[in-house]
Amino acid sequence: MREFADLYAELDSTTKTGAKVAAMERYFASATPADAIWAVYFLSGRKPKQAAPSRRLRQWVRELADLPEWLFDECYHSVGDLAETIALLLPTSEQLSEMSLTDWVEQRLLPLRAMPEEEQKAAVLTAWRELDARRRFVWNKLITGEFRVGVSQLLVVRALANVAKLDPGLVTHRLMGEWSPTPAFYQSLVSAETGDGAASQPYPFFLAHPLEGEPPELGSAEDWQVEWKWDGIRSQVIRRRGQSFVWSRGEELVTDRYPELKSLADALPDGTVLDGEILPWKDGQVLPFQELQRRIGRKTVGKKLLQEVPVVLMAYDLIEIDGVDQRDRPLSERRDKLEQVARAIDHPELILSPRVQADSWESLANLRQTSRERQVEGMMLKRRSSPYRVGRIRGDWWKWKIEPYAVDAVLINAQAGHGRRSGLFTDYTFGVWDGEILVPIAKAYSGLTDEEIREVDAFVRRNTLEKFGPVRTVTPMLVFELGFEGIQASSRHKSGVAVRFPRMLRWRKDKQPRDADTLERVKALMRVGGES
Amino acid sequence: MSDSLVELTDQGLYCPAGGFHIDPWKDVDRAVITHAHGDHARRGSRSYLAAEAGRGLLEARLGDVRLETRPYGEAVDINGVRVSFHPAGHVLGSAQVRIEYRGEVWVVSGDYKLADDPTCLPFEPVRCDTFITESTFALPIYRWERSGDIFHQINAWWRANRDAGRASIIFAYSLGKSQRILAGVDASIGPIITHAAVENLNRAYRATGVKLPETALVSETAKGKAFAGALVIAPPSAEGSAWQKRFEPASTAVASGWMQVRGARRRRSADRGFVLSDHADWPGLLEAVSLTGASRVLATHGSAGVLARWLREHGLDAGVIATRFGDEDDVAGGEAS
Ligand SMILES: [Zn+2]
Ligand SMILES: [Zn+2]
Repeated sequence: MREFADLYAELDSTTKTGAKVAAMERYFASATPADAIWAVYFLSGRKPKQAAPSRRLRQWVRELADLPEWLFDECYHSVGDLAETIALLLPTSEQLSEMSLTDWVEQRLLPLRAMPEEEQKAAVLTAWRELDARRRFVWNKLITGEFRVGVSQLLVVRALANVAKLDPGLVTHRLMGEWSPTPAFYQSLVSAETGDGAASQPYPFFLAHPLEGEPPELGSAEDWQVEWKWDGIRSQVIRRRGQSFVWSRGEELVTDRYPELKSLADALPDGTVLDGEILPWKDGQVLPFQELQRRIGRKTVGKKLLQEVPVVLMAYDLIEIDGVDQRDRPLSERRDKLEQVARAIDHPELILSPRVQADSWESLANLRQTSRERQVEGMMLKRRSSPYRVGRIRGDWWKWKIEPYAVDAVLINAQAGHGRRSGLFTDYTFGVWDGEILVPIAKAYSGLTDEEIREVDAFVRRNTLEKFGPVRTVTPMLVFELGFEGIQASSRHKSGVAVRFPRMLRWRKDKQPRDADTLERVKALMRVGGES
Repeated sequence: MSDSLVELTDQGLYCPAGGFHIDPWKDVDRAVITHAHGDHARRGSRSYLAAEAGRGLLEARLGDVRLETRPYGEAVDINGVRVSFHPAGHVLGSAQVRIEYRGEVWVVSGDYKLADDPTCLPFEPVRCDTFITESTFALPIYRWERSGDIFHQINAWWRANRDAGRASIIFAYSLGKSQRILAGVDASIGPIITHAAVENLNRAYRATGVKLPETALVSETAKGKAFAGALVIAPPSAEGSAWQKRFEPASTAVASGWMQVRGARRRRSADRGFVLSDHADWPGLLEAVSLTGASRVLATHGSAGVLARWLREHGLDAGVIATRFGDEDDVAGGEAS
């Protein structure tokens, strides 16, 4: 546990990728397989469910530190992170435990959830007594189910691959899907031998990079396969050893949630893996993404919902056929095979992603202008000779998105952020004019530089009108250009509209609040947007 | 005529009976100064009165002003009001101001700490009726480790950087914190280089008799000479500047009480944050308040409302007094942190 807490602190204290990877390599090189796999588990973003309710933890720390509730709340507001607040408030510990990470997780952490309250309290208090501030913080993060550290799975993979002297693509592949953090799995993860994976194992997705510059810089349009950019859930549909599996982008097995796609997978020849997008689809047309949201998260779907929001797989690629990995074959060849498979099974829920045909970049650019009517987000440009790579890599696959919707809105209230942004006002609500009133239109917290965030933070502190808990309303003075991906009518919002993926495009220091947009204009955008 | 011995005016804290201000933020006739930090000692007043130990620093900061000083503990009579200075343990020459008039005693703490610091006299509790206390770090999350342990961490970091062929740059306020670090580190690890802003004040410290290890100015260091293994002490304003580039490869650190909280640590781009403060932590504030025996406490600067509420709940008459010391906006580590 000490080594893991030290690793956490090291990862946390640097923004340099190289230093992070080096720290993980040092850890993996000296950790037991049992500890190493738990570290991989946590570092790659997997986490156990919350082991003890926050309410209890707050209660217990207040008892130990002898603090009234209001003072605990003041501390929490100032720190912005529960696990850290608790770690900072607990009395200094006397006898430190040198138990391994594995023992801490398996003997102390995992049993907590099922314990009755009194027993759980005794166990948590004992743990706190045996840990110093740094380890307590990590422990608290684990029991609150909030463990997060600033490394991507990509970096974890790089460190593992370096230690095991393996190709990072192979390690990524082995880490996909569902696995248990056992020493045996760690051995197989870093093993030089390539054995058969589980029948359900998906491949790492190849993700497109946003297009930088103009398409003509990509060379001749003939070298590129152009498709529409659909807005659904990226998915892999697998048929192997007589079994069917549907994976969602979030590496979640969702076979049972989409019976349509299960049926499609059942029809595939054995040893086939398709890459595509789950789309809500009816009468030959895509439905708004919001419709699909009604199905996301539902473990079982009723008949009514199945009828109202049927889904299809918009197939992009073929990754495996006859049990053979096709990723190093060129896209043009994979596309041919994909078309053959689609023709052979002729399944109503399998739709081939149409190729956009045009003889020049210019006509493609014109066609792209029709994206909104088609309810797509723009185009995908894929080099016809490209292999199916791992992750988001520049060069072969580009997404050429249409410009987001943009409006100028006024900052009307602000709230302090959490984690890295704790103590700073970083979460903003924006309003647009409805007559003489600013009605809230969107909340956004991304898009500004650190410098700008500090500037806005200082503004909020100096121009607070009222405080409601952590929220401060401010004098409407600052104007920002907001971008978002979609607008929909909504009865739940005061403004009557709901926007998707709002973010700050830029701070319009050149504009006065009076220059901000009106609600009327926002509603007009919605109509142009092709809401049928 | 107010019946308060000290009240808040547009110019700052004011003693109407004595006709003087304490740490005023606007120009006044007579300014009584607790210490040389910029938020407490400002140019522009007609005359200044301060503790003798702070003379060198005040002259370095204020330039040529009418400055009168008194040794700690020696009373001055100002229009029938007895005024004396008592060590605050914050920085060299820092003082609490004791004000006595017709049997009533008030103490204005200025900034203070209870932690040990070889560059100044330790905090001296002064009995009083009303205590105006700073409250920069008045939250129970702020509990400082022993200074010795922090210096152990700083030394270990410096040594590791030296062994890896890197310079160690530590950003600390030029007045007080920098000299405390100089006096606290193990100077045998390597050479120590200072920013000109720091060296200016080192001179005043040395002239007052504070022992500091040998330091060299960056400009005195021969061009092309490697800085690997050196400890560089610079003010926070130098962080991220072009000035910093010349030391590469280097590891950077910030020394400040705000570094106690991860969010504040992560907002600074430094590699390390050492929790070293010249202000009292939460237990220190409570201890100081209790040692004064004051029945009335006015908190100012930082989490004043929290301290006042806590003291009220513990039977004292406590409130908040809204001075302009410190800059609450600058939570990520103001100059006086
Ligand atoms: Zn100060
Ligand atoms: Zn101050």
